[in-house]
Amino acid sequence: MKFGVVVSEGPYTHQASDTAYHFVTAALAAGHEVPRVFFYHDGVNVGTRLSIPPQDERNIQEQWSALAKEHGTDLVICIAAAQRRGLLDKNEADRQGKDADNIAEGFRISGLGQLIEMGIDADRLMTFGD
Amino acid sequence: MEDGVKKFLYVNRKAPYGTIYALEALEVVLIGAAFDQDVSLAFLDDGVFQLTKAQDTKEIGVKNFSPTFRALGDYEVTKLYVEKESLDERGLTADDLQEITYEDEDDDWAEKPSIIIVSRSEMADVMAGQDVILSF
Repeated sequence: MKFGVVVSEGPYTHQASDTAYHFVTAALAAGHEVPRVFFYHDGVNVGTRLSIPPQDERNIQEQWSALAKEHGTDLVICIAAAQRRGLLDKNEADRQGKDADNIAEGFRISGLGQLIEMGIDADRLMTFGD
Repeated sequence: MEDGVKKFLYVNRKAPYGTIYALEALEVVLIGAAFDQDVSLAFLDDGVFQLTKAQDTKEIGVKNFSPTFRALGDYEVTKLYVEKESLDERGLTADDLQEITYEDEDDDWAEKPSIIIVSRSEMADVMAGQDVILSF
């Protein structure tokens, strides 16, 4: 089965991004497809490469980046939600005249159309939120 | 599902202000309208407050986005299901909601109400009939 996954809460404060990660790894291990994960609301904060959790804790961003590298999963951060919350890639930082960017490897910023497209394309859409 | 058109339901459960969920849900609906899918919205729990009339957000310093709901008809988003029990539990009636209409192209562009008040069990049927449910 082909799953689409939405993460709609931020890392560490909420368990949603952890549960989504566990779901995706389990689904892939069972032979299902998860071509894309869409990060919305505070979920976009999963994609910052500047978070530094204590060493004895999981690093949520690194887990997702490694998953994208291994399985080619498309990790999409909503641009409208990202701009409100200070998540920028290099292009957007230049365009907006900001002095830094912070998107982690394996993530990309794109529009809400990617969420709708995922809903159309997937057999099941799963939302991980509050 | 027919002709590659899926039934999308956007479920709104939260009050319009206090958190950003309602506003960002509406942003998804507006973008999604360009994809020519069969779109419905559901309002339940505190989500019913999103449709109330005479919202005034001046004192809290955030944008009042409630007029946008009246423009949904222009985006061919014409089915807004509102759960009656959620209204009742909050002391609201249909009269407390904005008048939201659309022009029916299959009926000589007659102006028709977009809001459909349904019972909790009817809402369950609405949800059961969907292909994609996005919950906010």
